[in-house]
Amino acid sequence: MALRLTINKLSFNYASVPILRDVEFCVESGEIVSILGPNGSGKSTLLRCINRILKTQQNAVLIDGKDIGSFSLKELPKIIGYVPQTSTSTFPFTVFDVVLMGRKPYVHWSLSERDYEIVAETLEFLGIQGFAMRHFNELSGGEQQKVIIARALVQEPQILLLDEPTSSLDIKHQLEILCIMRDLAQARHCSVIMALHDLNLASRFSDRILMLKKGCVFAVGTPEEVLTKENVKAVYDINAYITNSVLGRPQVTPLPPEMNHGGMLRAHPEVA
Amino acid sequence: MSKAVELKRLYGKGKKRKVLALFLLVISIFSAMVVSVSLGAGSPRFGDAVKVIASKLFPFLGIEVGTITQTIIWNLRLPRAIMAIIAGAGLAASGATMQGVLRNPLVSSYILGISAAAGFGAALAIVFGAGVIGGYGHYLVIANAFLFSVLAMVMVYCIARIRAMTIETVILAGVAVGYLFSAMLSLIQYLAPQSEAVRAVVFWLMGGLDSATWQSVQVVSPIVLVTVALMVFQSWNINVLSMGEDVAASLGVNSKRVLAITMVLETLATATIIAFTGVIGFVCLISPHITRMIIGSDHRFLIPCSALVGACLLLCSDTVARLVLQPAELPVGIVTSMLGVPFFLYILVSRRRQSWR
Repeated sequence: MALRLTINKLSFNYASVPILRDVEFCVESGEIVSILGPNGSGKSTLLRCINRILKTQQNAVLIDGKDIGSFSLKELPKIIGYVPQTSTSTFPFTVFDVVLMGRKPYVHWSLSERDYEIVAETLEFLGIQGFAMRHFNELSGGEQQKVIIARALVQEPQILLLDEPTSSLDIKHQLEILCIMRDLAQARHCSVIMALHDLNLASRFSDRILMLKKGCVFAVGTPEEVLTKENVKAVYDINAYITNSVLGRPQVTPLPPEMNHGGMLRAHPEVA
Repeated sequence: MSKAVELKRLYGKGKKRKVLALFLLVISIFSAMVVSVSLGAGSPRFGDAVKVIASKLFPFLGIEVGTITQTIIWNLRLPRAIMAIIAGAGLAASGATMQGVLRNPLVSSYILGISAAAGFGAALAIVFGAGVIGGYGHYLVIANAFLFSVLAMVMVYCIARIRAMTIETVILAGVAVGYLFSAMLSLIQYLAPQSEAVRAVVFWLMGGLDSATWQSVQVVSPIVLVTVALMVFQSWNINVLSMGEDVAASLGVNSKRVLAITMVLETLATATIIAFTGVIGFVCLISPHITRMIIGSDHRFLIPCSALVGACLLLCSDTVARLVLQPAELPVGIVTSMLGVPFFLYILVSRRRQSWR
């Protein structure tokens, strides 16, 4: 099933402080879209609006043309999975218990064969089948993130939202998680929308990038179109040097704030 | 799918242990009940207790028992033991539910100010109502305690509604309302004309099961059974809530609605129980912790298992309270703490794993 997500003139205020203003974009099925922007630009809020954690005006978020307000409490989790920025459990649940929570929209009381099957499948897909019975709170950050992604995947979503999925991970886990996202998008045609801080990871793994500035869409398009010197300067207020990486994607090298372009070149002759 | 089978086996192993724990608890409560009713002043012994219960349950067996023995066991001790079981179960299940929903280890079933409100209601009836416990006054105390508990919950609910029903507001509003009622309770005690009435209030506040009759068991047990069953039905929601409200929302759980439902259930159960028994503390706080350390945090098992642990704890405590100072009785709250705390500390120190983040 291919779903198209449309964001249509989405505005959101927290207690009369505007956070998002007239955000518009579309995500096709199987597409990876990264949301970039400095702290406070509304990345997390946008994800939470798409997920109906925050209520928006009518017809601001549409799935295949249908307003998300018209989906029932049990329907929406079967379409959209959500991976929050940080996850802790108040109680000591096992990995299996935590992943199983993703089956909440499907389960009434006891578990079906399908529940066991999909949990087992997903744990294997993420390479964490070994610690199903270990305790969630005793895992490392990278392992916890995979468990939380597994929880979102057993919802069998067609759209996956991730709020800075790599921000607390080491470089190996960052790559692993993003490669998993690419597999998901390619093999299962799941749309992936993630808020990211790392411009180069976004450049490398996204089909398209949405750049937010103060709650408004500043730029949207392919990494080549969006990650320009001018955009980075305007949105993040830093000077940057854009080159092509060995993978053929734009590579952003930020320059220290006090240096102008010439100073940078003098200090690092190799970039010339 | 052999992977799924393997996973099911692993998970089934843990589940079997939990079911076994539930089963063992039911057995021990039942045996504790039979032992409890055979202990105490007067002639009845263990064999008599079994005989009386058997003769009442299976009248066709034609078992002969003396009328005095029968009166002591069937009319005095058995309703009291059953009341201990039901009260302990209801309070502990409420405590487990509220700790889970509010995600706070210090929460008990009195978090919404219920104990102080019930105390105030009871004191109002004892001091200014009929003036004495017994007859019309007795029912007035029960009704007052119940109504003021519900009033406290409604106050907390309304205050929390203004501030969007966050768990912090519920806890703080509960504490504030509790302080308000305990101040008014102190005021009544201070202004009370007769010292006898003040003594009666203090006695009520300590709580006890000595006034239990079949009649009160008949009123309390259906309410407790139904509310606890409905709490267990919220288990999945409570489990999901432990990962935070955002995650719960993304999984289709309306956390505010779950909070409102559990608040009402918890108040009904707790208010009904303490209207008949007075304030019995500690069971509702400690039983969920003991249970969590033994069988883990899945509320589908935690709530019923907590109820059984609470029942066991209160029944044993009440039996000890009846026996140690014969023919006088200790208030059961003193015994609950003295028995429960060492047991709790033992598990706390010896357990392998953190049971709370």
